[in-house]
Amino acid sequence: MSTQLVSERTAVRRRSARARAVSALGPATMLAGVAWAFLQPYRLTLLHPHGQGFWWLAIEPPLLVILAGVVFALLVAPGVIEDLEDQEDRP
Amino acid sequence: MQPPAEFVHWMFATGLVLVGLCLLAQAVVGDEVWRRRPWRAYLWPSLAFTMGVLMWPVMVFFTNSTIHMLAHGSWAQVMMFSGAAELGLVRGKLHSRYWRLAMPFAFLVSGAAFLIHEQNSWFFARAAFLHHLIGWTLIIGAIFPLLAVFRPRSEAVRAGFALTFVVLGVMLYCDRDTAPVFGHLSPLAGAQHR
Repeated sequence: MSTQLVSERTAVRRRSARARAVSALGPATMLAGVAWAFLQPYRLTLLHPHGQGFWWLAIEPPLLVILAGVVFALLVAPGVIEDLEDQEDRP
Repeated sequence: MQPPAEFVHWMFATGLVLVGLCLLAQAVVGDEVWRRRPWRAYLWPSLAFTMGVLMWPVMVFFTNSTIHMLAHGSWAQVMMFSGAAELGLVRGKLHSRYWRLAMPFAFLVSGAAFLIHEQNSWFFARAAFLHHLIGWTLIIGAIFPLLAVFRPRSEAVRAGFALTFVVLGVMLYCDRDTAPVFGHLSPLAGAQHR
């Protein structure tokens, strides 16, 4: 098989449902945090920081949810998807 | 510099959500793929164990009654125990599948501790409501890790186990120090916080 065909096959390759599910977990969590921030903006003290203490500025629940999604999406999901696709490619 | 209790609940909620996300991913891809990278196999059991360790300072610094101290202490112990059991199984130091019973045991002990140490009724304040809700969620949710001992490959059981952590995280995020729940706040609970 020529390298051109290999690259074309790679280009048209579609992710499996399982890979898409794993890749969606992080963004879905981030989206939940953003939605929460819109629904309860008063829980984001960064929007009105004057007179707030350390903890009120450091720990803001909607941002923590977004952070959890970011950590998962950047540090965990890529490796899982890579290993999953590697396993699915095996004959 | 000590944070109010609600901040501690929100930090633990973040840990629970992370554990839930890892378990969900593991349920989706299966153990073989999940454990292909060794660090990933240790990830959620380590998180559970670490949260158990961090529960000790919570017990020390947020003790406003003996029953609170006992509850926080029991959570610290069972979280460390269940995390350590999972770590031992992943590492291969423990072989019997019955070590997985540590997790439903932790759920049951934690749930009982929530229910026993909450002395007020459901609608006394939001914290009381959440204590009852989290307690019963843990006790009912213990069915998932219990079933996982006997049906470890069931995707429904594994997803249920993972979602239990996510739901518990959401409940902890809802916690506020002295706040109403569905419009109810007992005058005995004190002045509502912001």
